[in-house]
Amino acid sequence: MVKQSKNGGKQDRKTIVIAVTALNAIDSPGPGVAVIRAIRECSDFEVRIIGLSYETLEPGLYMHDLVDKTYQIPYPSAGTDTLLGRLMHIHEKEHLDLIIPNFDAELFNFIKLRERLLESGIHTFMPEMEQFEARDKIKLYEFGKKHELIMPKDRLVYQDRDLAEAAEKIGYPMVIKGKFYDAIIANSFEQAQKAFYKIQAKWGLPIIVQEFIKGTEINIAALGDGKGNTISVIPMRKLYITDKGKAWAGITIDDTTFIELAIKFIKVTKWRGGCELEVMQSPDGKPYIMEVNPRFPAWIYLTAAAGQNQPAMLVKMAMGHKVAPIRDYEVGKIFIRYAWDLITDIGEFHRISGTGELEGKKSNNDGQND
Amino acid sequence: MKLKKNIATSGEGFIFNPGNGDSFSTNEIGTEIIGMLKDETPPQTIIETICAKYDVDQNQFERDLDDYLSQLKDYTILE
Repeated sequence: MVKQSKNGGKQDRKTIVIAVTALNAIDSPGPGVAVIRAIRECSDFEVRIIGLSYETLEPGLYMHDLVDKTYQIPYPSAGTDTLLGRLMHIHEKEHLDLIIPNFDAELFNFIKLRERLLESGIHTFMPEMEQFEARDKIKLYEFGKKHELIMPKDRLVYQDRDLAEAAEKIGYPMVIKGKFYDAIIANSFEQAQKAFYKIQAKWGLPIIVQEFIKGTEINIAALGDGKGNTISVIPMRKLYITDKGKAWAGITIDDTTFIELAIKFIKVTKWRGGCELEVMQSPDGKPYIMEVNPRFPAWIYLTAAAGQNQPAMLVKMAMGHKVAPIRDYEVGKIFIRYAWDLITDIGEFHRISGTGELEGKKSNNDGQND
Repeated sequence: MKLKKNIATSGEGFIFNPGNGDSFSTNEIGTEIIGMLKDETPPQTIIETICAKYDVDQNQFERDLDDYLSQLKDYTILE
């Protein structure tokens, strides 16, 4: 429900109640905290932010300047009925207007629930199931072929005895990838075998054997309106990465190749919502799409800092407003991720652990937010 | 030899390539050369200008300039 704001002098403004997931702002962060930060920075609307968490120690829960109240939700493996039950309970109390899910693993359930949520007055702005599944890692090469996008060649391996044949077709060096996560570069069959078993044990089958592309890694954050129009695109080059391959610093760059690539991707898929294209630009300038993440990246606040506030634009579109595409942005804008020890007390931890809910108390933390 | 149009430079020798996010620092003479490249000054004029201004052997400077320009080309700063 859209409520009248109680803020003095702003009676004409409505408060939009937005639930956001992925508050795990840790060393390999989820995008939730960055999404909220960008939304809060937009002066076009008032918001009440409801955090949806899976773990009791997700840092976003305790960032009370950003998150007004947090509720725990069931893991994706619990299924859509359990999730819907919990969301309806939260909705009864909070009158949610919008949910922005930010984890790959939870999107399937949220997309399945889209209609049910809308019937209850909860908006979302996510890709269709068909779009979501088409960009799956295990279908990426076929997807690229269909839409004339450049993707590295790959082979799916369902049993270890097929690895040698796949390796012969792809050649060395190659990348051995899990269907959900993890990638290991292999320069020989022995290394490929070792990587195969390691990733199989963690993520199961199939294993993706992918052509290794040498080059410069560029990530693109883009926002589509679901009708084929690109509302915003920001390309970013990673300046420094962690041992998990995550950007710890990055810079906005000006290269029309990447803008056009994202526009084409959104046009052919009619993508609705935020996405991230992970691109490797080969030395001859070809942009290979290595992965398509079906949600905003953890560095999404950089888009707001560079002049295209993608999370805020998503909120507007989700709430039924027309948003005109923006193309201008500040080139050379840099983000540097940092770690900060947030201090809370056992009482807060007790509340979220015991009741699955945590109300924000602005004076109760270390005041570290923004 | 021409600096790419979108290359940003500062008087302190900072060079930024917005196309790929690379940034570099160069010394005082490097900065002067970059300034001349920005104005599309031909290499021969650069050689004459620098050799007239500084106490440097012309042959040595020609070799150094060659190295510098090929470095700039490798870094995709020159067109």
